[in-house]
Amino acid sequence: MIETISKFVIGYLILQGAFFSLISAIGVLRLPDVYTRTHAASKSATLGVLSILLGVFLYFWVLEDHMNGRVLLGILFIFLTSPVAGHLISRAAYHTKVKLWENSKIDELKEKKKAKDKVHS
Amino acid sequence: MFELIIWISLALIASSSFLLMIRLIKGPSVPDRAISLDAIGINLVGITAIMSIVLDTSAFLDIILLIGILAFIGTVSIAKFLEKGEIIENDRNNQ
Repeated sequence: MIETISKFVIGYLILQGAFFSLISAIGVLRLPDVYTRTHAASKSATLGVLSILLGVFLYFWVLEDHMNGRVLLGILFIFLTSPVAGHLISRAAYHTKVKLWENSKIDELKEKKKAKDKVHS
Repeated sequence: MFELIIWISLALIASSSFLLMIRLIKGPSVPDRAISLDAIGINLVGITAIMSIVLDTSAFLDIILLIGILAFIGTVSIAKFLEKGEIIENDRNNQ
């Protein structure tokens, strides 16, 4: 009984994770510029993989009686570092002057940079 | 049923890696390619985790953490190279 229920929960977690990963890949393929693509890739793929890893951790814990701390460490590490990586890439893209999407309305960072340059000169 | 779900999720995550590969080939700027490489690395973590259920062994669970760390270091160094032009700054006079 408990095995059936836990298999149901684990299967749901893994399927949800794979689905989120596919959604993020479609977002990376379809969105118009670098910044929106970073938004898709860093949030959705991270949530998907965290869900898969949680499912795998529960699988080995409940069904195989093998508590593995390294999977938990992996979950914590990916949760901490993947948004940071997205932020760094997005920042590097802005500083190497990759264009925004043509329909975007406002660029506050550009105005701030201009004001700063005026103060310095 | 459970095995079918595992195989379906493996197929989904593999096809998401394929879609990211398309963006990696045709992406117009360098940060696009860096993003899709980072996401492929994250997907590889998921593939390793699911494969360790399929093969029914816990021997590959260390590799998950390893791939996560390597993907993060690679992405940070690419970002720093794009922004500053060098990864490790060796200039002692410019403090």
